[in-house]
Amino acid sequence: MGKVQRTVLYGRHVESGARFGPFAGYEMPIQYEGVLAEHRAVRERAGMFDVSHMGEIRVRGPRALALLQRLTPNDVGALVPSRAQYSALLTERGTFIDDLLVYCLDPEDYLLVVNAASRGRDLELLETAAAAEDGGVRVEDQSDQTALIAVQGPRAAEIVSDVVGAAAADLRYYSFLRDLPAEDEAQRLVSRTGYTGEDGFEIYAGTSRAEDLWAELLERGRDVGLMPAGLGARDTLRLEAGMMLCGQDIDEETTPLEAGLSWIVKWKKGDFVGRDALARQRERGCRHRLVGFEVEGRGIARHGHRLTVRDVPDCAGPVTSGAFAPTLGRAIGIARLDCGESGPPAPGSVASVTVRGREIDCRIVKVPFYRRPREGV
Amino acid sequence: MIPDDRLYTAQHEWLKVEDGMAVLGITDFAQQELGDVVFVELPAPGQEFAAGSEIGAIESVKAVAEIFTPVAGSIEAVNEGLEDAPEVVNEDPYGEGWLVRLRLGEEGPPDDLMTAAAYEAQLAG
Repeated sequence: MGKVQRTVLYGRHVESGARFGPFAGYEMPIQYEGVLAEHRAVRERAGMFDVSHMGEIRVRGPRALALLQRLTPNDVGALVPSRAQYSALLTERGTFIDDLLVYCLDPEDYLLVVNAASRGRDLELLETAAAAEDGGVRVEDQSDQTALIAVQGPRAAEIVSDVVGAAAADLRYYSFLRDLPAEDEAQRLVSRTGYTGEDGFEIYAGTSRAEDLWAELLERGRDVGLMPAGLGARDTLRLEAGMMLCGQDIDEETTPLEAGLSWIVKWKKGDFVGRDALARQRERGCRHRLVGFEVEGRGIARHGHRLTVRDVPDCAGPVTSGAFAPTLGRAIGIARLDCGESGPPAPGSVASVTVRGREIDCRIVKVPFYRRPREGV
Repeated sequence: MIPDDRLYTAQHEWLKVEDGMAVLGITDFAQQELGDVVFVELPAPGQEFAAGSEIGAIESVKAVAEIFTPVAGSIEAVNEGLEDAPEVVNEDPYGEGWLVRLRLGEEGPPDDLMTAAAYEAQLAG
C-alpha cells in the first residue's frame, strides 16, 4: 500500500466534523452527523458527497471509440455527446475488473469514471490497448486534477441548478452538461447520475475550484436541509437501490449475467473482451447468482455471513453486502448463491443466515429493495 | 462528562456495582465510535456467564461490537426497551441505554477495572 491520500476537500470535511476512515487508499469521510440522519437527508431532501477518490481517465483520438467498444460490453457507439452510460471492464472470462461510467464528450473523446481501488489496473489495461492503436488513442489519467461532488436527493435539482446553472435542472437521467474552460484542462461537467437511488447530480470540477464549489452548494442547500454525507450513508443508500459495489458484490469471480446486469452486455455490437465466455454462460445458464434478501428475524446479515435457501437443496452462498436499511427499517443484503443446476431461487423463497451462531429467517426478494417515488416527468 | 459513580473497562464498557448486582453499559465514547445503533442482541435472563465472556452484540448501521461482561454472574434483567428503541444506547449511554443487570458471582468484580479518572486518562492517552 502506498501513502494514504486525501481529497482536496479534506479540510472542508474537518470543518464539518467528519469522521474519517480508510477507503481504497484514501482517508475519506465516513460520516458527519450520523449515517441515519445523512441517509434520511438524501431520501427526503438532499445530501452531498465528496467522491473525489473516484478515478477519471480520458480516452481520446480517432481510434478511441473502437478501443472502448472492444474493452467494454455496453455499446459505446450508441452514445452521443452529452450522454453517459454504465458499463464495465471485463476479463476474458467475462468477469468484472471494474464497473464504470463512460461519458461521451465527443465521438473521439471519452471520459471514463472508475473506482479508486482499480484505477491503476484500469489505466494499465487502457494504456496497453492504446499502445496497439499506433497513436490513434491517447489515454490520460486526470484523477488527481479532478474533484467529484455528488448532490443527491429530491431537492438536489434546485440546489445544483442555482449553483452551476439553470440548465442542470433540465438534464435527463444519464445526460450531462459540459463547460470546459478554454485555458486549462480542468473540466467542469455536471451529469444527472448517482449512486443512491434518488434523483441527483455528479459534478466534476478542477481541484482548484472544488473547495469553493463545495462551500457554495452547502450554503445554497442550507435552507432546504442539505447535509454533507459520508461513505457510510452512500453504502446504505446504494444497497437499498440495489446497486452493486465493485470489489465487494461484483469482482473477478462474477459476470454481469450473474449479477443481474445483463443489460450492460450488448450482443449485437460486435466483439468485445469477455464476449465468448459470456455467450457460453448465457447458453448454459448461470450457476452463481447475486440475489437480494430481506432479514425477517431479529439481526443483521453482514458481508461474509452465509445465506442458505431452505427449499432448494445445496443452494447457498456468502453475503456480499449486508446492512440495516434505514428507509425500509429492516436489514437487507445481497448474497452470491451457488444453486447448482436448480437455478436461482424465486422471490419469496425462504432462506436463513447464520449470525453469531444463531439462524435468522430471511426471504429472497427482488432488487432494488427501494424505488424512489417518481413524479410524472 | 464521565460519571464517577461506576467503573470502566479498557473496551469502553461501564459497570455500576450495587448490593451484589452490576449494571453494564457502554460508554459515550463507545457509542460515538459505533455510530447509529440499530440493533442490540442481549442474552436471556437467567443465563450465567464467566468473566470476560461474550454476552451479546450491538449493531450500528456500519459495524458490530460484541458485548463482553467483565464480571462473572447470572443475567438478572436485560434492557427490554432497546428492542424497539436501540437508539437509546446513543442518546443516553450512561442512563436509559444500559444493557444488562447481572447478579454477581462469589468472586465479585475484578480489580482491573478503571475509575472514571483512569478511564478518562486512557481516552486522552
